[in-house]
Amino acid sequence: MVQFLQQLINGLSIGSVYALMAVGYSLVYSIMNFSNFAHGGVIMLGAYFGFFGLTLLKLPFALAFLLASIGTFFVAILVERIAYKPLRERRAPFLYFIISAMGASILLENLVIATIGPTFRTYPEVFSKAPIELGPLAIGRLDLIIFVISAVSLTLLILFIDKTKLGKAIQAASYNVKACALMGVNTDRVILTVFGLGGFLAGIAGVFFGMKYTVYPQIGNITTKSFIAAVFGGLGSLPGAVLGSIILGIIETFVAGYLSSQFRDLIAFVILIAVLVVRPTGIMGKVTEDKA
Amino acid sequence: MDWTYIQGILMLAGINMIAVLGLSLLTGFTGLFSFGHAGFMAIGAYVGAWISASPTSTPAGLGLPFVLAIVGGGVAAGAVSYFIGRISLNLKGDYFCIATLGFGEAIRLIFNNVNRFGGARGWPGVPGKSTFLAILVADVVAVLFLANLVKSRHGRNMIAVREEELAAQIAGIDVFRYKMLSLIISAVYAGVAGVFFAHYMTFIQPKMFSLTKSTELTIIVIFGGLGSISGSVLGALVLTALPEILRTFEMWRLVFYGAAVILIMVSRPKGLMGGMELTPSGIRKMVAERNALREAKARLLAEAQGGEEE
Repeated sequence: MVQFLQQLINGLSIGSVYALMAVGYSLVYSIMNFSNFAHGGVIMLGAYFGFFGLTLLKLPFALAFLLASIGTFFVAILVERIAYKPLRERRAPFLYFIISAMGASILLENLVIATIGPTFRTYPEVFSKAPIELGPLAIGRLDLIIFVISAVSLTLLILFIDKTKLGKAIQAASYNVKACALMGVNTDRVILTVFGLGGFLAGIAGVFFGMKYTVYPQIGNITTKSFIAAVFGGLGSLPGAVLGSIILGIIETFVAGYLSSQFRDLIAFVILIAVLVVRPTGIMGKVTEDKA
Repeated sequence: MDWTYIQGILMLAGINMIAVLGLSLLTGFTGLFSFGHAGFMAIGAYVGAWISASPTSTPAGLGLPFVLAIVGGGVAAGAVSYFIGRISLNLKGDYFCIATLGFGEAIRLIFNNVNRFGGARGWPGVPGKSTFLAILVADVVAVLFLANLVKSRHGRNMIAVREEELAAQIAGIDVFRYKMLSLIISAVYAGVAGVFFAHYMTFIQPKMFSLTKSTELTIIVIFGGLGSISGSVLGALVLTALPEILRTFEMWRLVFYGAAVILIMVSRPKGLMGGMELTPSGIRKMVAERNALREAKARLLAEAQGGEEE
């Protein structure tokens, strides 16, 4: 029982990091209907921004954290401007967006390898490794902080989308971009906001990911799992992305804990395929009809 | 640059070309996009290695001739693609893409965990039987088969599915069957490419067949131009050689590669040869279209000038 609860806590912690990444995929998908594979590269850059903020600039943690998220905010917007905007203006089919995203992902990853180097880097210890004892349970300080900050950020995101004018515009655009533009909404700004929001959260996620594991240029490949979480929850749905991420995080830690850590990655892809076969729109995805 | 070096690059390009031609049928002629074809290459590579590796090596193989390895690798990849197709071909656009991505990665991770085939450490004892001549012959056969297929009734049905799925169905084409046929043929191509790859490298490892490899194949198809066989051939040659030529820039070459991919998508989305072929009749068509365009332009210009004078 103790082991079960322990695994559950670990699962919630990693699941909340996945959630921060997954909402980035989902936000973009909800408006532009394509899977933004460059998002992994943005998350990776966030991890590096945070790392250099802490080590090179010797910033306090909160500032390094802010630096990372503001940095990725601009990177995400830059990627949109360079790789997607020209395609958007030409109304290119979704595949061109995906290929362009793959190109951006290759570019970002190798830019880091060429300038910073391919080595693994470990974050300096910001929070003490000593766990918080709760009866028989030991909760990692870092895990707790990750969970709390992720939950706060996601709540703020949902409030932003629910309460602000720009958030309402995002909601409207996710139903119908064209009609939204006809109603006088500046869709270009909506799209930039969506990329900016996703980028900001990607920075937070990158820092947490780096702190929990290590920082290296190929982190982007691991973030594919958060993409799976977004598909699992239903692409285009924010609550779905969060729910899918938490479930995936918990399943993964349980598989690693009770079966074998080798199957941890495989299980994510098996879930992906199972979801697509049984219910392609995921747990709470928006149903898009194929207009032939 | 000596001949062995150039020959090595050409062989690698030839191997990529087989896989790209298969993917070209699926993507360029049937309109389905896959991010999992490296998985089929992996199946071909591993089955081929198992058939031809000597029984005394570790991991042990069957020690059978290379030709059987080619057939076995292709058939195995085709058979797996049939099951994948049964499950995923009904999915629409983006979701089919994601499903193939899932299958491709799952295949890689399964090989990663199967110790019989060397697991993550890989399989070092594959005999180096991929000769320049063998690859050349395979490429010629692959091109001829594909060129005839797309001109046949089956190929035209596939193109109809690409152009307008619903209309094709109304016209009496069994859409699912033609998608399946296209997927299986492309998987067999990828499997055969995998066999040649294994026997060229003489060492295979699951991480050689990652999502990056699948993406690379799709990028080559798009770069060459959708719906063009000669485009795929040119694309495989150019994009396999490009990273080698850029090797002097070492670390930066993949940065350029990524930038080039974005640039192509943004500026020349039709690829090198979108819908065009480098055959005598194809070239005539291309020249005729260009001339027609130029004449139309000249006429419009003349009319505009005439209008101003009035």
